[in-house]
Amino acid sequence: MGNHTIRKPVWKRLRTNKLSVIGGIIVLTLFIVAVSAPLISPYNPDDIDRKHVLEPPGLHHLMGTDDLGRDVLSRMIWGARISLAVGFVAIGIATIIGMILGAISGYYGGWLDRIIMRFIDIMLSIPTFFLILAVIAFIGPSIWNIMIVIGLTAWMGVARLVRAEFLSLKEREFVLAAKAIGATDFRIIYKHILINSMSPVLVSAVLGIAGAILVESALSFLGIGVQPPTPSWGNILTLGKDNIEIAWWLSVYPGLAILITVLSYNLFGEGLRDALDPRLWGAEEE
Amino acid sequence: MLTYLAKRLLEIIPTLFGITLISFFIIHLAPGKPTDIFTELNPKITPEARERLEKYYGLDKPIMIQYALWLKRVVMLDFGESFSSDRRPVIQKIWDEKKPLIERRLFITFMINLLSMAVILVIAIPIGISSATRQNSLFDKLTTTGVFIGFATPSFWLALLLMILFGVHLHLLPISQLKSMNYDSLPLAEKIWDLIKHLILPIFVSAFTGLAADSRFMRGSMLEVIRQDYVTVARAKGLPERTVIYRHAFRNALLPIITLMGLSIGSLIGGSVIFENIFGIPGMGQLFFMSVMTRDYPMVMCILTIGAAATLAGNLMADIGYIIADPRIRAK
Repeated sequence: MGNHTIRKPVWKRLRTNKLSVIGGIIVLTLFIVAVSAPLISPYNPDDIDRKHVLEPPGLHHLMGTDDLGRDVLSRMIWGARISLAVGFVAIGIATIIGMILGAISGYYGGWLDRIIMRFIDIMLSIPTFFLILAVIAFIGPSIWNIMIVIGLTAWMGVARLVRAEFLSLKEREFVLAAKAIGATDFRIIYKHILINSMSPVLVSAVLGIAGAILVESALSFLGIGVQPPTPSWGNILTLGKDNIEIAWWLSVYPGLAILITVLSYNLFGEGLRDALDPRLWGAEEE
Repeated sequence: MLTYLAKRLLEIIPTLFGITLISFFIIHLAPGKPTDIFTELNPKITPEARERLEKYYGLDKPIMIQYALWLKRVVMLDFGESFSSDRRPVIQKIWDEKKPLIERRLFITFMINLLSMAVILVIAIPIGISSATRQNSLFDKLTTTGVFIGFATPSFWLALLLMILFGVHLHLLPISQLKSMNYDSLPLAEKIWDLIKHLILPIFVSAFTGLAADSRFMRGSMLEVIRQDYVTVARAKGLPERTVIYRHAFRNALLPIITLMGLSIGSLIGGSVIFENIFGIPGMGQLFFMSVMTRDYPMVMCILTIGAAATLAGNLMADIGYIIADPRIRAK
């Protein structure tokens, strides 16, 4: 089952799910916005303008200004970079850890499997947000630390998924055949099993990005995430809370941005899951 | 069944051990020694006093010994004294026996989490059933949309919007604290009403994400069950649809929800940091946040351990609930 033979139908199937396509387009748009932030943001996001403090949305400032007179729209555009970067890097870390541990656990079994599964149980029983909060507060809030810590607390689902795939694939004929002709463990794990268990991992990564964006925004909102003056959607919301009685625009826009972003990743991820699931292929063609 | 339970209980021991290990070593991630927080605040502290302090907290010993000493005390529910200026025992700060129940932090957090679980169950289950029995209807499509939006809504943002709407504009609900200033002078009925008014928004916010997740899950579980043969048989017998759904399908569809509720305790507790902070509720989440920010290490270790133990207890209760609800497992 080569990769290129499966790609075309998946793309075709994905296209039939309108919501998923819309989600994908929004994700792509955000990507472009984030990359071209210096070109498209109307103001410098850090420019303080004491004469125009807490101005409501209007012609000059489409999303108003904050308590230092900075343009909220520009800060929102730059903030897109943060959530994009945190989402991808954190989930990248989580996916790599999850795949490695899941593969070892599922392929070798035995005491290695038991230790890894126990470790997963332990990680799952500590309230994740408590853990993240404590670690970040102790090692210091920086964007890199946030990415790493979110990644280190989000790998358990992937590990379980990969382990399950390994358990079902490792007894299949093509793997046994590879073993019989003397392929190394690494080659079997990597070339024969891991490649074939990529689709659920991909789906869980897309959905995981949505979760990581939510965690980052909550951390920044609490003041221990991305530190001002670097703009992030979460720390704009902190200003919204501080000015809750006078400046609704500081609360409404960044929250909407988070909501739409997370929603898009989720819709795209769900569509991808359906498109990649061979069990659903027959059903839809009826 | 008993052997299963015994096995399950035994499995908890190594997990609990691992949790204490993680809680303990997290605080050693911070640069410097834990007692630095005292010495930083007081630059005039003498090296002797510093040494005495380190000895008191056992910091002069190797780290594994420190862990063993800490673990020994934890087993007896002694988490040491808080580093904050009041120096009270950690346990007393979360469960102060001198105060009325409603002012004890642990109680407040658990009460809110239990109430929001109840809200989740009462709302999510009927929604899940209705959208499953009327798959692809307008109701199903609307709730599915609602679920997707619910999943994507940051709970702290929802809290802000609700505070703006009900607190700032409509003046209907208080937006912070657990009770009003004049609470103590109120008669009992008004005291209760006062508490309810303060709790509506926090409970709704903490239930919101779970609401979306559980109604979606209930729908999926119900859809799976109503396709089973025995449901078709029940229909073929000529049973009324209500009986088929509620007597035959519902009970079986409910089983996975029990597991889900047990597993969601961890994220509910984690979420309490967020809503307790926004609404200024004096619970464990708020205390945890303050302790983390002031590097009150004994407090942090204690709350991490208790939070994890509560999560484990939740999982265990879910397992027991599953056994009670499913006669097939009970028979084993």
